[in-house]
Amino acid sequence: MKTVLSVAGAALALFLTIAMFGGAGWTHPPMANKQTGFRGTGMDLIRTRAGNEELAEANRAPPPADPADASGDKASAVYENVQVLGDLSAEQFNRVMVSITEWVAPQQGCTYCHSTENMASDELYQKRVARRMLQMTQYVNSTWKENHVHEAGVTCYTCHRGNPVPANIWFDTPPPGASSKFIPRNNGQNRASANVGLTSLPYGVFDEYYAKKDLPDSFVRVNATTALPESKSKPIQDAERTFAIMITMSQALGVNCTFCHNTRSVAQWETSTPNRVHAWYGVKMVRELNADYMRPLTTTFPAARLGPTGDVAKISCATCHNGANKPLNGAKVIEPYPELAHPTTQVSLPVGEAKDPIPGTTTPTPKPPM
Amino acid sequence: MAYYQNFFTQVQVRPLEPEMGVPVAVNDRVGKPFNSYLFGLIGNSQVGPIYIGYIAALSMVCGLIAFEIIGLNMWASVNWDPVQFVRQLPWLALEPPLPKYGLRILPPLNEGGWWLIAGFFLTTSILLWWIHLYRRARALKIGAHVPWAFASAIWLYLVLGFIRPIMMGSWSEAVPFGLFPHLDWTAAFSLRYGNLFYNPFHMLSITFLYGSVLLFAMHGGTILACSRYGADREIDQIVDRGTATERAALFWRWTMGFNATMESIHRWAWWFAVLTTLTGGIGILLTGTVVDNWYLWAVKHGVAPSYPQVYGPIVDPAHLSPVVRP
Repeated sequence: MKTVLSVAGAALALFLTIAMFGGAGWTHPPMANKQTGFRGTGMDLIRTRAGNEELAEANRAPPPADPADASGDKASAVYENVQVLGDLSAEQFNRVMVSITEWVAPQQGCTYCHSTENMASDELYQKRVARRMLQMTQYVNSTWKENHVHEAGVTCYTCHRGNPVPANIWFDTPPPGASSKFIPRNNGQNRASANVGLTSLPYGVFDEYYAKKDLPDSFVRVNATTALPESKSKPIQDAERTFAIMITMSQALGVNCTFCHNTRSVAQWETSTPNRVHAWYGVKMVRELNADYMRPLTTTFPAARLGPTGDVAKISCATCHNGANKPLNGAKVIEPYPELAHPTTQVSLPVGEAKDPIPGTTTPTPKPPM
Repeated sequence: MAYYQNFFTQVQVRPLEPEMGVPVAVNDRVGKPFNSYLFGLIGNSQVGPIYIGYIAALSMVCGLIAFEIIGLNMWASVNWDPVQFVRQLPWLALEPPLPKYGLRILPPLNEGGWWLIAGFFLTTSILLWWIHLYRRARALKIGAHVPWAFASAIWLYLVLGFIRPIMMGSWSEAVPFGLFPHLDWTAAFSLRYGNLFYNPFHMLSITFLYGSVLLFAMHGGTILACSRYGADREIDQIVDRGTATERAALFWRWTMGFNATMESIHRWAWWFAVLTTLTGGIGILLTGTVVDNWYLWAVKHGVAPSYPQVYGPIVDPAHLSPVVRP
């Protein structure tokens, strides 16, 4: 008995030790800590130097294409059916087209969007979507320049990173499936979901928070504004939802709570950092992009590109940020592409209905969120 | 003569006849006593006979019913998938009713009704176990210190799941039954009420909690350190202090300036433990009912210090006029 127990105990201790070394996700020095608030408030961004280098490497902006001659015939005169960038010279236009190919479909090439028989044809849904995406890029770089994207701006690469479908998109979360008459109920939470950092908090918060343009600010603000109860209070379930939403932002930007908040009072604006204001505008921007640009494309995409509930792929902070608090390390990616910095056409261009993508192209179908 | 230690013991005391203790009036003990090597490693090796009166039996039945309801609801929430039940068990929970049901006695079963039923049986089980403890203490003609300490923990449990939800007018204010969910609930509770660290009763509760740990370590260390002089007979030494007590006392007077006594150290420990949940329960009870934002409360009463502005004025953009906003 004694011997068996000793052997079993030693084996268990050995196993746990190995598991601890191998499975606990250790990070090791040297650290690269950054103070983000007044001393003593615990406002620090704690990272490792190796992690910072890795993050910077993963978010390196591609070198811009060589500038093209602005003289010569306009693209609209040389090519047919140029609706957004017709004012560029043909050379400039080709430069943008080549850049877009490198940003979005480097493996698939021009024929990802263009019909091989007629480059001007709008036959492929990819081309019609790309046209709206060009307009969206121009909208982001102009309307949201002052409050969110600043001098850095965005290009297709900010989100796409060489993938026809950006890696960090999201779909509506389907309710738990019912295989019989029994209807499972989990309150929309209590499931190991990477969406909300593997907490048990509500996991369907993307649908609620990032999709609706007219969502009032009070939706996430759960703290009372008076010390004593003077108005109808919000239930704890609302605080759980806000907590989950904040985790989605934290994950998207690779930062902790104190990057924006002084956590002794997360609600107070006076003690927050300017990053919180940027984030506030960023969320507004994301909601507008989803409502005005992504949702109208629902019927343009073929069914295979839609989510489990038949909804279009949508944007969140993570779509551009990809784990970095400044996308592409804050590089001024828009500077070499002034044609993407301002709207060149005011109309919302028609996008039409979906047709199947051309055969022979393989694009990974994004995994629906857990 | 063997050298008797309790932890990591070399020698286990195993009586030829099982020890039955002092004679008592009612004796509902069941089972044939036996000796366990494993239990002998950490305490007395004799297991049983266990006292199971009708109250303890009822308590265990109620506890089992609550356990089953919670477990089956967790399993149901993953659509009766046994693999997912095991894989996601720490995430699963039985949630209280939604806010829209207020204090309704029985909302639909799958929208909180089961939570109320499970809560009823769990509470009944705990209260019956308290009665069991109290009656056994009385039967042995010992003090009721353990039942009253347990009552302090029950107070916190009742505040969280029963008293405060009633005062707030909604069962949805109560805690879910689940491993991670109840922890995430706790974090959300603090976030909702403007940081619980500024709640003075939370401060007291934490003080007593960490204080209990400190006292336990100090006392355990002192007794073990002086056991070679007979400190293990600490209860005798309350009235008949020997060299162990004197050495222990002198040690603390040298290092700390004063010392507890063999008697007072146990009162210190008992009260620290009891006050942890007693003050904690008061703090929870005041949250939402009397104070809605503990940070603002702390600012109002000069508890929270103010720090210099690092970034210049940060203004809530929602309060800016729409003209400024894009």
